[in-house]
Amino acid sequence: MAEWVTLAEAIAAHVHDGDSLALEGFTHLIPFAAGHEIIRQGRRDLSLTRMTPDIIYDQLIGAGCAKKLTFSWGGNPGVGSLNRFRDAVENGWPGPLAIEERSHSDLANAYVAGAANLPFAVLRGYAGSDFARVNDQIRSIKCPFTGEVLAATPAVRPDVTVIHAQKADWKGNVLLWGILGVQKEAVLAAKRAIVTVEERVRSLDGAPNACILPSWVVTAVCEVPRGATPSYAHGYYERDNVFYRAWNKISRDRDEFTSWVKQHILGTQDFAQYLRLQSEARERAILL
Amino acid sequence: MSISYTADEMMTVAAARMLWNGAVCFVGIGLPSTAANLARLTHAPEVVLIYESGPIGAKPPVLPLSIGDGNLAETADTVVSTPEIFRYWLQSGRVDVGFLGAAQLDRFANINTTVIGSYEKPKVRLPGAGGAPEISSSAKEVLIVVKHSERTLVNKLDFVTSVGFGMGGDAREKLGLAGKGPVAVITDLCILRPDPVSRELEVASIHPGVDRKTIEDRTGWQVRFAEQCEVTEVPGPPELGALRELKARTAAAHGVQGDEE
Repeated sequence: MAEWVTLAEAIAAHVHDGDSLALEGFTHLIPFAAGHEIIRQGRRDLSLTRMTPDIIYDQLIGAGCAKKLTFSWGGNPGVGSLNRFRDAVENGWPGPLAIEERSHSDLANAYVAGAANLPFAVLRGYAGSDFARVNDQIRSIKCPFTGEVLAATPAVRPDVTVIHAQKADWKGNVLLWGILGVQKEAVLAAKRAIVTVEERVRSLDGAPNACILPSWVVTAVCEVPRGATPSYAHGYYERDNVFYRAWNKISRDRDEFTSWVKQHILGTQDFAQYLRLQSEARERAILL
Repeated sequence: MSISYTADEMMTVAAARMLWNGAVCFVGIGLPSTAANLARLTHAPEVVLIYESGPIGAKPPVLPLSIGDGNLAETADTVVSTPEIFRYWLQSGRVDVGFLGAAQLDRFANINTTVIGSYEKPKVRLPGAGGAPEISSSAKEVLIVVKHSERTLVNKLDFVTSVGFGMGGDAREKLGLAGKGPVAVITDLCILRPDPVSRELEVASIHPGVDRKTIEDRTGWQVRFAEQCEVTEVPGPPELGALRELKARTAAAHGVQGDEE
């Protein structure tokens, strides 16, 4: 059964130095509040997996929390590069970052395999590309029925998966909708799962086929309104495209990034205070 | 009557024309998304747009800034999970056209979106694969839209992310890839198509006002011109009107145009 706790309590109890971690959400419902809390609590040596690292992993990598990244598309969507990710790969700052690079289809399949408690994923992919040359985990298998050669890649089995969703009821059953990405699979593939939600409700009132994660597959659930900002939560708020563009400047310079993290993440007590600081800064910018 | 237009508009219009009404199209973000939506708003209202984040049959009123914008989900016929998109809809062979961009492209229409320079010590770390490797292998055919420069159309890729025709000839068939591969590369200067035997890209149609030397200078290999090389039809007022309205709506909604790199 999921336990209702604060986000700080959930991260303290369930995310440890050296853990393998997946914070999922495909453009939508990215668990930013949880990412910030991991930085705030100073976790180190994390092996991060995420299809689209996005700003959330740019922050974790730049803040020195990660030793490894498994990913399939590492850009700032609609803007350009992830500067902290690039600096880590190109220059080893703030420390060396091992990368395991795969395709979207592969990682999506690998989460499915993890959720199904299978050791590997099977897909038609990678033939003729250079991926296997740089990633020895991309191998092949011969179909025992047809002889077709298919790609075989290891299942994703994180120690912890963190996702953000719209609602959870008092028992900790979780409901999400809109673009679902790989969140359900990522939760089911993990040993422990933390879910932040927009709101705690008496009843989910989900339709029979709604995407509901029963309380007993979730470890901890936390109420964090706007916890996916600057990504969006369908039915609650829109994507903060202004921040995605602003991030390009904040993250370009190491010192500017470091002072931003100090002020906005390490210098705030929780995500609510971070959001207040953001909106004050925004108001000042408008007044200027 | 023709009205003045930019090279980028020519590229987008020429790319949009490649999509037929009713085609099932798997759309990459950026230039491909602009072209695919222009097709939907002009000659191909029944085109089915699939985005890798899960929307099937998306009809966004403005261009999405990211591959998972809310307006894709809101306007889609259905929204499925990302594993389902890749497994049931793409890998199964249900997609007619994969529409891709590229950071680097070679003469056999192989694509690099991974690194510039060596993999271990890259000069530039690019975003990586995304859905492109499976789109280029599993879609029945592939369209590629890129701006024409010698840094993009290169003699040799630093990394093969997504396969076009491999080393050329029947290399693609030998790899066992399901779809027939790239059928056209649309740039702001011209349209290239693969030679039926060698599979090397050659210029099949030159945009009005562009000379051959410009294309040669901006291509990283000794580019060939088809014997029957045509001149691309100029963008018509309805195409330009729809494109400009789409961009204006997008700028009003996002503050940017939706296909900025």
